[in-house]
Amino acid sequence: MSSVSSHVLSVQNLTVTMKGSKGPVPVLENLSFDVAQGKTMALVGESGCGKSMTALAIMQLLPEDFVVSAGKILLDGQDVLTSSPRELRTLRGNKMSMIFQEPMTALNPLYTVGDQIGEVLRQHRGLSRREAHQQAIQFLKAVQIPAADKRIDAYPHQLSGGMRQRVMIAMALACKPKLLIADEPTTALDVTVQAQIFDLLADLQDNTDTAIVLITHDLGAVAELADDVAVLYAGRCIEQGAAHEIIAHARHPYTRGLMACVPHLQLGKAAAHSAPLDEIPGMVPPLGARGPDCAFLARCAFAAEVCRTRPQPPLDRVDPGAAVSCWRHMEIAP
Amino acid sequence: MSDGLDIVTTPASTEVLLDVNDLVVHFPAGRRGMFGPPSKVHAVDGVSFRVRRGTTFGIVGESGSGKSTTAQAVMRLIPATSGQIVFGGDNIADYRGEKLRLTRARFQIVFQDPFSALDPRRRAGELIREPLDLLDIGSPRERDARVKQLLEEVGLPPQAADLFPHQFSGGQRQRLCIARAMAPEPDLIVCDEAVSALDVAIQAQILNLLKKLQRERGLTYIFISHDLGVIQHFCDEIAVMYLGKIVEQAPGNVFFSAPLHPYSWSLVAAAAPPGPLRDRLKRDYLVKGDPPSPVDPPPGCRFAQRCPFVIERCHEELPVLNVQAEHHFVACHRTGEIDAPDFSSL
Repeated sequence: MSSVSSHVLSVQNLTVTMKGSKGPVPVLENLSFDVAQGKTMALVGESGCGKSMTALAIMQLLPEDFVVSAGKILLDGQDVLTSSPRELRTLRGNKMSMIFQEPMTALNPLYTVGDQIGEVLRQHRGLSRREAHQQAIQFLKAVQIPAADKRIDAYPHQLSGGMRQRVMIAMALACKPKLLIADEPTTALDVTVQAQIFDLLADLQDNTDTAIVLITHDLGAVAELADDVAVLYAGRCIEQGAAHEIIAHARHPYTRGLMACVPHLQLGKAAAHSAPLDEIPGMVPPLGARGPDCAFLARCAFAAEVCRTRPQPPLDRVDPGAAVSCWRHMEIAP
Repeated sequence: MSDGLDIVTTPASTEVLLDVNDLVVHFPAGRRGMFGPPSKVHAVDGVSFRVRRGTTFGIVGESGSGKSTTAQAVMRLIPATSGQIVFGGDNIADYRGEKLRLTRARFQIVFQDPFSALDPRRRAGELIREPLDLLDIGSPRERDARVKQLLEEVGLPPQAADLFPHQFSGGQRQRLCIARAMAPEPDLIVCDEAVSALDVAIQAQILNLLKKLQRERGLTYIFISHDLGVIQHFCDEIAVMYLGKIVEQAPGNVFFSAPLHPYSWSLVAAAAPPGPLRDRLKRDYLVKGDPPSPVDPPPGCRFAQRCPFVIERCHEELPVLNVQAEHHFVACHRTGEIDAPDFSSL
């Protein structure tokens, strides 16, 4: 069905800058990735690494003072960046939609969830109020909300966090978009509810073949949901490839550090819990403090002369399924 | 780690620092109807536990389970409806006024959000010094020296004393909160989701810092978290709370080798590392839906509505926390009758 390429979303050399008093400050540099139908791409990294900015750039919802200064974002073959506001209105909701971290602030407290899901259907699909209401009940059932015909008249505050996120998912998928962007969709939820929401997203994806861009800092979620991963650090993609490949064999010291610093649950045996966690010292350099050399240099345990004297290496395709931006990856992870 | 050499955690000491006995915290929640009986939120409903000096006691549970309320009641930040809080041999539940204020030097708390826990208009040095001033500890010169020393202990440079909270990152702000909690040299620090708002790399830094401080100063922690991986890494003893009740309590290694309560199984299933074991655990043990409201809970087991192993009796009779093995307590009518998850395929 897709016109030019088989990719639903193709981000090419995306660069986002912020207007600063001393000229533009790079926020996101030269990011490229593709997402095919029915596949999930995970964007991983700490806060301040540009994950959410990527999502907002794709949706064309960047905050004031942030501009896309180079690159292309092709959604189903159509360049989002050159689309008129009118075209964007049809794209958002119909072809791409987004769910956010905190469902309480993303839903309007003054309208019932039925009104809010129905609004999407009336706006984009031209349904009547009654039809939209009927369809909305179906969608609530699809996201496994019990007693959907009663919940349809509930206001957001009457629902739990997990239910609200289900409503957000129902709204986002109401027009069967080709692309769903999920920005930390479970961070604000309890662990058992998180697992339910991930299962729901995976089920819905199986049924609808939606492409998903999943933004997360949770590598467990990546292992479970994602087909591909891009690891962002300080606005640059430093490692990219197939999810199982990166989980099993990360090459960049930052990716390896991220995996090592999470205390993984160990079951069935006494855990060696007294060993200190591996930590990544320091923090992500703030905007404007990022030079041409490797952004991870100051925190990297493997930093050597070559890293200090040469600029950040380009994303080097080391293998059909993986690319990494590190001078020393051959020594660190052969 | 060799499987033959599983070392049972030996407690750092056997001295009980904190002994909480049948703690109850109820909040009023209006009335049922205009003239109906008053409703109550059963935030904490008869919780008892002991924390030994120099160890970390972990409380895990979902939001609304009463973990923070328990901690705040123990800290005497909210009034307990009933129950005893025996701290270092004294029942502090009855302390009032000046006596309570001075006792507070011995127990301190670190909150989840370091952005809202620090006064934005005061410099870091003043913020750390404040508890010393309020509790009148040391001479002014000694206080200044102590601030410097605390900054160093939590890994901040001495110049940090002159900066305002907004000039620090989230992780650094949490370090400030820890320094402030450490200032009066407390015996006990409650960490209420103290690392939950931090990025994973920073979370590891703060956990390692807390561990180091515990080693050096013999600190005792009550560590509240919803993240089982962090709890396992950090805690010696674990209590699982559900709707105001402790449903299971055990030393960490015992708990994670063989949890006994169906709710613990669900938590474990949700947090298990990806793989076939996780898929099986999720299929068999992950509960659906959300916890019910803590307002006027029905009689019987609080978990009955979501429990996959529920029988008639669970709806009628409240299970009590029983000893199942040494130091392993569980509140479930069906312990022993139902099959516990098998972790052996790991």
